[in-house]
Amino acid sequence: MDVQIALLLGQDGVTNGAIYALLALALVLVFAVTRVIFIPQGEFVAFGALTLASLQAGKLPGTVWLLLAMGMAIGLIEGATAVRARRFHRLPLIILVNCGAPLLLAASLLAVSPAGLPLPVQVLLTLMLVVPLGPMLYRLAYQPVAEASVLALLIVSVAVHVTLTGIGLLFFGAEGSRTPAFTDASFTVGDVVLQGQTLLVIVASTLLIVALYLFFERTLYGKALRATAMNRTGARLMGISGDLAGLLSFTLAGAIGAFSGVLISPITTIYYDSGFLIGLKGFVGAIIGGLASYPAAAAGAVLVGLLEAYSSFWASAFKEVIVFTLIIPVLLWRSLKTRHGEEA
Amino acid sequence: MKRSPHATALLAIFIALLLAAPVLLPEFHVTLLNYIGLYAIVTLGLVMLTGVGGLTSFGQAAFAGLGAYTTAYLTTMHSVSPWLTLPAGLLVTAIVALSLGLVTLRLSGHFLPLGTIAWGISLYYLFGNLAALGGHTGITGVPPLQILDFEIRSGRDFFYLIWAILLTLILATRNLLDSREGRAIRALKGGSVMAEAMGVNTPRSKIVVFAVAALYAAVSGWLYAHLQRFVNPTPFSLTQGIEYLFMAVVGGVSHVWGAILGAGLITVLKQWLQDWLPHLLGQSGNFEMIVFGLLMIVVLQRARDGVWPMLQRFWPQEVRRAHIEGVPRLARRSLPEPGSVLLEVSDASKRFGGLVANDRVSFRVRAGEIMALIGPNGAGKSTMFNGISGVDPLTSGRVSFRGQRVESLPARRIARLGMSRTFQHVRLLPAMSVIENVAIGAHLRGRKSFIAAACRADRDEDARLLHEAAAQIERCGLGDQMYEAAGTLPLGRQRLVEIARALAADPCLLLLDEPAAGLRYGEKQALAELLRRLRAEGIGILLVEHDMEFVMGLADRVVVMEFGRKLAAGLPEEIQRNPAVVEAYLGGVE
Repeated sequence: MDVQIALLLGQDGVTNGAIYALLALALVLVFAVTRVIFIPQGEFVAFGALTLASLQAGKLPGTVWLLLAMGMAIGLIEGATAVRARRFHRLPLIILVNCGAPLLLAASLLAVSPAGLPLPVQVLLTLMLVVPLGPMLYRLAYQPVAEASVLALLIVSVAVHVTLTGIGLLFFGAEGSRTPAFTDASFTVGDVVLQGQTLLVIVASTLLIVALYLFFERTLYGKALRATAMNRTGARLMGISGDLAGLLSFTLAGAIGAFSGVLISPITTIYYDSGFLIGLKGFVGAIIGGLASYPAAAAGAVLVGLLEAYSSFWASAFKEVIVFTLIIPVLLWRSLKTRHGEEA
Repeated sequence: MKRSPHATALLAIFIALLLAAPVLLPEFHVTLLNYIGLYAIVTLGLVMLTGVGGLTSFGQAAFAGLGAYTTAYLTTMHSVSPWLTLPAGLLVTAIVALSLGLVTLRLSGHFLPLGTIAWGISLYYLFGNLAALGGHTGITGVPPLQILDFEIRSGRDFFYLIWAILLTLILATRNLLDSREGRAIRALKGGSVMAEAMGVNTPRSKIVVFAVAALYAAVSGWLYAHLQRFVNPTPFSLTQGIEYLFMAVVGGVSHVWGAILGAGLITVLKQWLQDWLPHLLGQSGNFEMIVFGLLMIVVLQRARDGVWPMLQRFWPQEVRRAHIEGVPRLARRSLPEPGSVLLEVSDASKRFGGLVANDRVSFRVRAGEIMALIGPNGAGKSTMFNGISGVDPLTSGRVSFRGQRVESLPARRIARLGMSRTFQHVRLLPAMSVIENVAIGAHLRGRKSFIAAACRADRDEDARLLHEAAAQIERCGLGDQMYEAAGTLPLGRQRLVEIARALAADPCLLLLDEPAAGLRYGEKQALAELLRRLRAEGIGILLVEHDMEFVMGLADRVVVMEFGRKLAAGLPEEIQRNPAVVEAYLGGVE
């Protein structure tokens, strides 16, 4: 390996690492606020990438149907609850938000041909289609069992992951998609060629991380989420609804996942089930941070990206083996740092 | 414990049906039953791990893979007899499971499943990429099993082998769970703190269940390899690992028979869905996973105990009584000389961040005396108990128990020295019977381990432990409720169960945290009488209690705490007259 290749691999590693870092942050966020280990995070990446690819190919993305179906389900549940409580005045809003909005989105997608739209609009449409799935998922799958043990919530997560992967196969088929690069620009710094796409990913990830930081430090909702993460009961006594905190954190996780998918889709071919491994690599990063520290999780994720890039050079067949075996020494290290395990 | 006649009859019918199945059913159904049996073996391990032990793993398929690949590799490449590759596969699996367990089980509960996800993926890719293991095509030409000259080739022959092994394992699992070590395992889910305080080495119990679950999976993998006669990575993927967990949860994750039920339901449903869904959806793929996923979510939201308990309602549940008549009592430990110092606490401090819950508290407890620790709520009494008993160690200070420094020992080591305690917030296992709860207290008085329990070589000892538990329950006046689920008792009586459990440990020092709270007048009288008798036997008792009449009529000496500090100490009459105590605690009464 010469310096040139080393730098090239490093560039690859940092690019992927930046995306893993975003996912790691979302995982830490969701876990801290809701105690849910959000295995389906990766499906949002795949759905984001594949939805964008569908839009660009001029097809109606399958996620529209998922959005409609989940909206209907929530509308039914919420509607039934409102009727039982005889609060009929809430019905119009429930129907409008859960069924009306997805229908409107679906109708507008049918009306215009999304393939001809400029890229930023396509990205925006993708986010509008995929991000709401986050809070909807929370409402349908997690909220009814919000008080269950971490273990039970983890099993729910795995069930959701399995369901979404199957749905992904149904909607997008077994073939992978790769969207064209956002930019063809490239820069030469010394001997190294920097791809514009790479820079874009790194800059976008960094911006998003800064935005998240500002959200948590400067806004009321961000502070409410932090409060819930620190002490659920205490936060609830202060009037912060646990459900709201859950919905909010899942919205953020959905947004981060979908956006990561948009970022990664020009770099790698994404299949309906690619998200899982991508999400898990974010996880390995998050575990390096003990599922608690945001900077450590981000650093861990970049490390995972680099490790993956270099191991794909030396032992490409064993790339996944190396990345996922890394978790063992990491857990050992964490285990030696922890004095004793407590009950979940 | 004795099995009820109904259960025995049902089991006999089930076994008769199994014996008849291969003769009556067509080949296809026999094959299906073979797979159900193989899956149920893995699922049984998961039931133990998840439903009973409160841990979980998504990597069971990978463990099955270890068993399958070990035998496939050794039999094809090195012509080793399959009967030798079984122990070899178990050994490989045990090594992997133990190291993985040691690494993750000290961390909080969710790191183990996360570790198993990563490990499941990693092993799948390893199988698929190692040339020696045939890469993604796998290994073909695995020889059939052979007993003397008889080759077990056909599915019908295999059927008997698989189900005999499965039933043996179910029996062994039930035996194990109904034993001293089994009760300790059942305490892992929601009762680790209590179990540690009763002397159970909970990390060891966790590692053992994890390893046992892995070994079951390896047995299933070994059978699979010789049934299929070839192995490839697919059946050992993470997806299959997840499916095993689904089987356990759907069947009934806390019940050994739920394993067969879950494996059966999911396997049949999968077969059916794989036939129908492609027609319905117009394309082929693993769409049954959508249904399974949704099913799981519904089960977890609506019926977290799975299907087995729903079936169980259809036959009468009989109380299983322990055989304790005529069983000799356990030997008692020799108690220290009455009046000698049992416990010496000096300068004990406990800080939670900035809060000082205990501030340089010192006192002594002697053998054969009742010492009361009183003080307003928040004075730090329970924190002191946790510090002394090692449940939540002190920040600084010394604790000597029977002349030995114990402040940095784990709770289970302190328990071994003869200290036993109750908890202010009752820590019973609500679904277990009173006698089983109390028997956990006697954990340290038995020695028989897992293997002895699985093959019922522990019955004499277990009967003695249960006899001891029963005797202590009688002593605490709960004889009528011995076989009721502990969670169904009123709170005051649950406190008495806690005392019986502490007594079952044969302690020389008893720490009682608000034992009389929630008791009626008569019950309080009886409790006071019991404590007096224990004192007369030479046991030292340290008591936290708010009922002043109870305390003052019973205690030999009293220590008063306020805001984490020792406010006063002395005889009950002195304390009642002490102006500082009256001012701070009794609030001007008298």
